[in-house]
Amino acid sequence: MSVGKRTLKSAPKAVKPMPKLAVWKFTSCDGCQLSLLDCEDELLVLADKVDIAYFMEASSRQVEGPYDLSIVEGSITTADEAERIQRVRRESRTLITIGACASSGGIQALRNFADVDEFISLVYARPNYIDTLKTSTPISDHVQVDFELQGCPINKSQLLELLNAFLNQRKPQIPAHSVCVECKLKGNVCVMVAHGTACMGPVTHAGCGAICPSYNRGCYGCFGPKENPNTSSLSHWWQSELGSNNAQLVRSFRNMNAAAPAFAKESLRFVEAVDEK
Amino acid sequence: MKSKTIKVDYLARVEGEGALYIRYDETGVDDVQLKIFEPPRFFEAFLRGRDYLEAPDITARICGICPVAYQMSAVHAMENALGITIGGELRALRRLLYCGEWIESHVLHIYMLHAPDFLGYDSAVDMAREHPEIVERGLQIKKIGNAIVSLLGGREIHPVNVRVGGFYRAPTVQELQPLREQLLKGRDMAIDSVRWVASLPVPEFERDAPFAYEFVALSHLDEYPMNEGRIVSSGGLDISPQQYEDYFTEEHVEHSNALHSVLKGRDEGEGAYLVGPMARFNLNFDRLSPLTRELAEEINFPRFCGNPFQSIIVRSLEVLYAFDEALRIVDSYQRPEQAWVDGTPTAATGYAVTEAPRGLLYHHYRLDEEGKISAAKIVAPTSQNQKTIEDDLRHLLPRYMHMPENELRLLCEQSIRNYDPCISCATHFLKLHLEKNE
Repeated sequence: MSVGKRTLKSAPKAVKPMPKLAVWKFTSCDGCQLSLLDCEDELLVLADKVDIAYFMEASSRQVEGPYDLSIVEGSITTADEAERIQRVRRESRTLITIGACASSGGIQALRNFADVDEFISLVYARPNYIDTLKTSTPISDHVQVDFELQGCPINKSQLLELLNAFLNQRKPQIPAHSVCVECKLKGNVCVMVAHGTACMGPVTHAGCGAICPSYNRGCYGCFGPKENPNTSSLSHWWQSELGSNNAQLVRSFRNMNAAAPAFAKESLRFVEAVDEK
Repeated sequence: MKSKTIKVDYLARVEGEGALYIRYDETGVDDVQLKIFEPPRFFEAFLRGRDYLEAPDITARICGICPVAYQMSAVHAMENALGITIGGELRALRRLLYCGEWIESHVLHIYMLHAPDFLGYDSAVDMAREHPEIVERGLQIKKIGNAIVSLLGGREIHPVNVRVGGFYRAPTVQELQPLREQLLKGRDMAIDSVRWVASLPVPEFERDAPFAYEFVALSHLDEYPMNEGRIVSSGGLDISPQQYEDYFTEEHVEHSNALHSVLKGRDEGEGAYLVGPMARFNLNFDRLSPLTRELAEEINFPRFCGNPFQSIIVRSLEVLYAFDEALRIVDSYQRPEQAWVDGTPTAATGYAVTEAPRGLLYHHYRLDEEGKISAAKIVAPTSQNQKTIEDDLRHLLPRYMHMPENELRLLCEQSIRNYDPCISCATHFLKLHLEKNE
């Protein structure tokens, strides 16, 4: 009886095809998908567990969808991309985004606060050849996203954890606390309190391992806002204790996650102040 | 023969999004377009109004494969504007960091993006099923390159430790020491790598005068070029980085979101030139390490390489060199007293050219009296090679057009990959269409 049961359980497993993985690129620097190729010790093991069905940067092989898991890098900056992400969603059972571009619009979202036509004329001699949207938007503005992995770039260990969780159908263990907690865990001296160095750590999502403070500099927020960040308290502290001016605050909130709602809102407070002057 | 086309809508195994379109018949090639549809990204515009200290972090985001190159050109240009020079151990550490990126980027291209072309596989993962030990070696060499960047920079991609004037934090001698053992191991694997790459079947292809390449690279009196040097060419150019815009210009063509860079005043080849490993190697062979030159001799590699399909061999030689150089730096390292040299911002202009893994990377900034960037210009290696990539296809096709169409298309793709094009970089910057005139 028990033998029979075991056979029943393992039999379908033996014939079960490997889950199909697709990696998609939108507007980005390719760094986050490179993180997957940077998993030098795990890449070939992973390739035994999943069918890498679509990954243009790494393979000429293109297997048609549907896909069990789609990993999406990059933000939406053209009308064509806005259409393509809809097709990707339709073909994907689970869709996760990787990186600041896909999760908040990325550094390209600096255009959201500026005049794009002027930008085009600055960079390109023949503006009429260029076709682009006025905004850079995250994937979640366009389709339902099942998980967002933040970071510019993402942490490859967290990517592996996410893939592992997906393969084993469990919840991924991605801590949602701030960079400050990572600093404490590492035993770093606080660069802001001890050295008066402006640091975004208190409002920034963990994941990098607090590398900037570990290298004697302030965090510049590349992992984007943590959940419910107290941005106004941080700004106030920078102003009163560090003598930061409005322009500096605007620049600090407008980096790789400029359009993430919490950072965008905070930066706007100081833009108005700069304008009033 | 009627006119035919070769089309590749989305080129695989390159960084970024591009397509190829070629129309040809028996009389020759009618049209070649390396189409760059990667969306435009407005980095030069974003840099305006930012503080000079922010340039290395912002420009790194142009490319996830070669962020160190962007950081290097950015900090050197800023230092040029501030009038500060970086010497001694800080200069050596920057070179060590660049060695790490050359290794990581070159090995990614050799093993994962290009070798599958030579052996007829779709990918390195596919290749690993029959040659696991080779792919495994590639991954392990790459990992050591990444270890250098992580140790000096904090992480492999978009490192955080590069600062105008030096670094935020200089490693201690003890912190650098564990690299030594890895570098020794890596150098041995890099030697095996050169021998293996030299055994790959290489398509024959040369371009003779008047269509010969003009190779352009940095050149430095006593070292293989990375962070510093004069811009020299096989056509007799010898200028300082400050003079770059007097001799090179960017054109905007309709089929590309990348600007094409050309050499002014060259009638032959309409100003096309070649940057990257082949150019560096051909113009600086005698400044490679003795071990690297020895290996080149062992595999009977020419002192001057004119076949871009052999660029994979040059890359493998540069990887070996980078290990040799990294070891030299690690062995003689003494921690500098200060991690960076301070500079006072003034209204000034700064220029720098460094050797990214794919070739010359030019940065030019104008600063106001507070050190805010008022103008920026960046020219990526792939925009400089784009015209040459298209010209190669024009010369390649007549020679191989008797091949079955599928093989011909693959050969065209391989030819593009000879340049390890980084399209994400060039859209500040590829689709493959081959069309036969029927």
